[in-house]
Amino acid sequence: METQFPIKRIIDDEGNVVDASYCEQLHGELAKELYYHMKRIRAFDRKAISLQRQGRLGTYAPMEGQEASQVGSALALGQDDWMFPTYRDHGAKLTFGAPMVETYLYWNGRAEGCVPPVGKNIFPPAVPIATQLPHAAGAAWAEMRKGTRNAAIAYFGDGATSEGDFHEGLNFASVLKAPVLFFNQNNRYAISVPIEKQMNSETIAQKAVAYGMPGVRIDGNDCFSVYFEAKKALEDARNGRGPTLIEAVTWRTGAHTTADDPSKYRPEDQGKEIVDPLVRLERFMKKNSCWDEAWIVEIEALIKAEVETAVEEMESYPKANVEDLFDHVFAKMPTQLAEQKESYLAHLKRG
Amino acid sequence: MEMEVKEIQRENTATQLLTIVGAVNDAMKMLLESDESVMILGEDIGKNGGVFRATEGLQEKFGTDRVVDTPLSEAGIIGTSIGLAVNGFKPIAEIQFLGFIYPAYEQIMTHVSRLRMRTMGHYTVPMVIRAPYGAGIRSPEIHSDSTESLFTHMPGIKVVCPSTPYDAKGLLIAAMEDPDPVLMLEPMKSYRAKREEVPVGKYTVEIGKGKRVREGTDVTLIAWGAMMPIVEKAAQQSEKKGISCDIIDLRTLYPIDREIIAESVQKTGRAVIVHEAHLTGGLGNDIISIINDTSFLYLRAPIERVTGFDVPVPFFALEEDFLPTPARVLESIEKAVHF
Ligand SMILES: Cc1ncc(C[n+]2csc(CCOP(=O)(O)OP(=O)(O)O)c2C)c(N)n1
Ligand SMILES: [Mg+2]
Repeated sequence: METQFPIKRIIDDEGNVVDASYCEQLHGELAKELYYHMKRIRAFDRKAISLQRQGRLGTYAPMEGQEASQVGSALALGQDDWMFPTYRDHGAKLTFGAPMVETYLYWNGRAEGCVPPVGKNIFPPAVPIATQLPHAAGAAWAEMRKGTRNAAIAYFGDGATSEGDFHEGLNFASVLKAPVLFFNQNNRYAISVPIEKQMNSETIAQKAVAYGMPGVRIDGNDCFSVYFEAKKALEDARNGRGPTLIEAVTWRTGAHTTADDPSKYRPEDQGKEIVDPLVRLERFMKKNSCWDEAWIVEIEALIKAEVETAVEEMESYPKANVEDLFDHVFAKMPTQLAEQKESYLAHLKRG
Repeated sequence: MEMEVKEIQRENTATQLLTIVGAVNDAMKMLLESDESVMILGEDIGKNGGVFRATEGLQEKFGTDRVVDTPLSEAGIIGTSIGLAVNGFKPIAEIQFLGFIYPAYEQIMTHVSRLRMRTMGHYTVPMVIRAPYGAGIRSPEIHSDSTESLFTHMPGIKVVCPSTPYDAKGLLIAAMEDPDPVLMLEPMKSYRAKREEVPVGKYTVEIGKGKRVREGTDVTLIAWGAMMPIVEKAAQQSEKKGISCDIIDLRTLYPIDREIIAESVQKTGRAVIVHEAHLTGGLGNDIISIINDTSFLYLRAPIERVTGFDVPVPFFALEEDFLPTPARVLESIEKAVHF
């Protein structure tokens, strides 16, 4: 199966173009856009980890190492497409337009972090594994019925493929020919469980065969490969050719979450040979004369300021409102709930 | 592991100082040691020792055939456990958080709990399901559910919920020895809250028996799991106000110890039930029915309930507002006493 689903890449670890058919399309503007977003989400991510360590943020799921997968796929989306992320895909969310402040708030236990910005279709992160796949199929089906050219992307990990919802989501989408991109980030671990224990299949892409949809296996640390394969799959979806499953093979550099200790289950040298996706793009840019030191300095300063401002805003954000506990459960609050609210507020008043 | 094996000879019984999670670990070690057919299944329970370290060291000691890191599938974990259980094994299935048990709900509802009845006792499911539950530790969303009534409402499965290391070990061993399926809910907020001396050897805490943890005369407080420290605090505060509380730790949520409830309420004439699960459809209502059935004429005040509200367990910024507090319990105690 590995030979039937070879890992596709456009640039190699040294930043050399290995698929000449893309030469024309690998222009400096695209490289810079990808680089900027990868740099930006990495800064967000590292800051989050440090805030968590200082007790200024709740448990956090880092995504360092998966930037090319998240940015490449998010930039391939159209403005009106739907995004169904997991708890690890805030990089994709931020790239697609979720604000930083709200994204930090999410990790500080605030429902505000699940509210998408106006005009953007970003579903709240899926915490129960794989539950978002049928949602994406449904939202895409709706777009199809409405006659638009919009599509949906569902993010999920290697571990998610073991849940029933993964299979049900793929089957529905393929039966309905719904415009969905099932975008798998295979970072080879589901918390501590390595992929060899998760499945007996050599690849995730091959699972597409069972559902009669294209399965593509790509180097998830090659942002170009991610970007162009995602674009192609989305284009197919928009043109009525149904869903695609992409397996982006990547690596989570750090822990599963800030509450996890990967040294308990990952051999120390595992993954050490993997070239950082940002370094890989940097090498490409240097080889293709689109690496501009002045620009780098400029974006670094911009990103630093953006992250700092977001953290300040997050920390000075109005305190969570007790009434929000009750007010968003139903359109019209049932009396029995209204009584509970009233009695609790009265209790608080009595001090 | 927080086991600090400190063996003390007390009345000829060796004990060790354990937390709840340590006691759970110790119980499983003992069960694996004493019965070859016991297996543990779950996500991240092997090499990683469980996300709460409840299975720490067990795979190392008992091997990958008996302590199994399964694929990420709750329906798979429970479904295969059923197959193992009807065919000679005794699985202990860990569900990483109670909030993630729902994919397995069908397996539990339609098979685990009713296989004995459907086959008139031919096939039985002697398995244990363990799941950490509850809010209050700033977990990410959906990790904090407390949906015990979904399971107490399910005929054919017993539900236990320890609040101390001693009970955790004794109930888990009793659950495994029970011929029927048992769900053990483990209060994650209390996992490491305190240590106590726990017997080194095998012992059981009888399923279906509550425990009086404080003697009092004015009002009965009924709670379990992570709510125990809350009601104990409220009882201390009431004492300063001259109100004496009788506290019952229910320990088993199905079948409920009706006698201990009746006996206490008949003495005090008042009851405050505390659970973190939502009010509507919560176990508090079954307890009220028990009081109604057994002790109606002894009541001197309406029965009070202090519970989570009828809202999904919120993000952690608001979880302290969702959870019952000693102050809320105290108000209800006073309301009952001054009725
Ligand atoms: C239904 C369900 N079961 C268990 C969990 C606990 N859990 C959270 S993340 C995770 C591993 C997911 O692995 P994978 O799908 O590979 O995604 P990754 O975390 O590697 O991005 C588990 C078991 C959960 N969130 N939901
Ligand atoms: Mg993974």
